[in-house]
Amino acid sequence: MASSNNKTGFKVIKAGILSLIQDLGRVGHFNIGLTNGGPIDKTAFKWANRLNSNDLNSSVIEVSVGGLELQANCDQVIVLTGANMPLTINNQNKELWQSHFVQAGDIIKLGFATEGLRCYLAIYGGFQIGKTFGSTATVCRENIGGLLKGKNGAHIGGQALQVDDFLPCIQINKNTKPELLYLEKSHQPVYTNEITLRTIPSYQQRFFSDLEQRLFYSNQYTVSQNIDRMGYRLTGRKVTSDLNGILSEGICHGAVQIPNDGQPIVLLNDRQTIGGYPKIGSVIGLDTEKLGQLAPGAKVNFEQISMEDANNILHLNHSLFKRTQLHKIN
Amino acid sequence: MFRIEIAGENALIIVFADKINDKAFSLVQQATTLIRQQLSEKVVDLIPSYASVLVQFDLLVIDHFQLQNSLRALLSTLQQTKKQSNEIISLPVYYSKKSGPDLERIAQHTQLSIEAIIECHHSQIYQVYAIGFAPGFAYLGQVNPKIATPRLDSPRLKVPKGAVAIADQQTAIYPNQSPGGWNIIGLCPLDMFNPNQRPHMPIQVGDQVKFKPITEQSFIDLGGTFNDIV
Repeated sequence: MASSNNKTGFKVIKAGILSLIQDLGRVGHFNIGLTNGGPIDKTAFKWANRLNSNDLNSSVIEVSVGGLELQANCDQVIVLTGANMPLTINNQNKELWQSHFVQAGDIIKLGFATEGLRCYLAIYGGFQIGKTFGSTATVCRENIGGLLKGKNGAHIGGQALQVDDFLPCIQINKNTKPELLYLEKSHQPVYTNEITLRTIPSYQQRFFSDLEQRLFYSNQYTVSQNIDRMGYRLTGRKVTSDLNGILSEGICHGAVQIPNDGQPIVLLNDRQTIGGYPKIGSVIGLDTEKLGQLAPGAKVNFEQISMEDANNILHLNHSLFKRTQLHKIN
Repeated sequence: MFRIEIAGENALIIVFADKINDKAFSLVQQATTLIRQQLSEKVVDLIPSYASVLVQFDLLVIDHFQLQNSLRALLSTLQQTKKQSNEIISLPVYYSKKSGPDLERIAQHTQLSIEAIIECHHSQIYQVYAIGFAPGFAYLGQVNPKIATPRLDSPRLKVPKGAVAIADQQTAIYPNQSPGGWNIIGLCPLDMFNPNQRPHMPIQVGDQVKFKPITEQSFIDLGGTFNDIV
C-alpha cells in the first residue's frame, strides 16, 4: 500500500443527514466505559472494503439516510454499498456494490435512501484518519473518534462530518491502478420493511413468564421514532417481567432490554456498556444489522433460536463471505 | 460461588450475586484480573460490574461450551476475601430543584422532604463499584434505602453532563450528556472523563467517594453550567 499523503483527499461539500467515519469498531476499553461503535451494517461495510481490496478494518463513511456530497482532489476509487441510495459522479448515475474511478475535481453525490437507511462509502486504502483508543469509529455520544479537531492532535472528536471537512486518502500510483470489481446481484442483501430478528433467550429471560415470552415472540413490533446508533426503541404489545430493575450489569450487542414501560429496546453498536433494565434475550449480529437498516414504521418479529443455532449461522455466514468471489469489470 | 449464563451470541455473563455485597465485589475484581491474564487470546473484552462480569469472546476462536469450561476451571481458584478500599475522593455537588429535577419525584416516592433527601445523599461514603454505561460513568453504592427510588418508567432522551442521580440503591454522575433513566438530584461541575488527560478519570473502581454540597455560586465558579437541564 502506498504511503499516506495529507495533500490528497476528499472535501465535504454537503454533510448529509448523518455521515460518520467508521472502522470495525473499538475494543478493549469497556473498563473505562467506552463502547464499540463501528458499522451498524457490518456486512455492507465489509463488502465496501473488499470491493476496494482493502484491509477489512479500513475507515469508511457510514451515511445514514443520505445527502452526502464530496469532491475528490486526486485519482481514487470509490465504492458505495448498503441501502439503495442513488449515487452520481459528476451527475452520471453509478451502480452501488461496484468500484468506480474518480479524478481530481469529480463530484460524488449521494441521494436519499429508498430502501434501507445506511450506506458505506469506501475508498482505496481507506480514509487516513488518526485513531482514538485504537479505532477511528465515531461515537457522537462519547465525543470519541472520527476526525480529530483538537489542537496538536488532541482527542476532540465524535462529530459527524461537516461542510468543509477534509478527508485524507492515499495517493494511487497511475501505473498500478487498482482493478474495478463488482459483487453479483444474487449476493447483494435485499432491504425490506419487515424482518425477523433471531433472538437467543438469555440474561433475565427466566423472569419473564412463559406466557409473556410466548406473547413477545408471537407479536409484531413497530420501529418507533426513537432510533439511533445506540439502540432501536420498538412499540407494540407491552412486555412485563417479575423484575423492577436489576443490579447494573454488562450489556452485550443485540441485547433486548425491557424498561418499565414494557416497550423493547434493541441495543446496538453505540449502546451503554452497563445498564440495569431486565433483558429478555439478545438478537444475533446478522439480524441487528438488518434492524439498523429500518426506518420508523417498519415491522419486526422476534424468533427464538438456541445459542447453538446462532453459532452455526455465524460460522456459515463467515464461510460464505470468504468463499464469495468478486468479479472484474471489463 | 458463581453461575455462568448466556448473554448473547458472543457473550457470557458470570454472576457472583444478585445483590450488592463486598464479597461479590471482591470476586469480580479477582475474576477480571485472572481472565485478563489467562484467557486474553479467546476473550475480546470484559465488563466487570457490581457482582457480575460480562465476557465477550471471539466466536471464530472459541465456542461458549469451551469457554464455560475454561472459566469454571480458572475461577475455581478464587478466594472469598474482603477487598481493601482505596482513598476517599471528595466530589462537589450543587443540590437543588433547579439542578435536580427529580428531587420531587423522590420526595413523593419516599415521603421525605427534599432537604432530608439531599442531607441523606451527602452524609455517607460510597464505594466505586463499576465504570461503564458511558465513558467515565462510575457506579457508586450503596445509597441509604430511605432514599432509594426506582428508575424513570421511560429513560430521558437527554440527561445533562454532570447530573448526579439515583437508581434504586445506586448513585452516579453522568460524565457527558446522554440518554438515561436515573433520578437527577443535583449537578457536579467537574469533568468526570477527559480523553486528553491521564488518568482519564478522577476516580477508579475500588476508590471511595464523598459528596460535598456546594452553593449555586461555587458550582458556577467551578465551571458548572445549566445547559440541557430539563
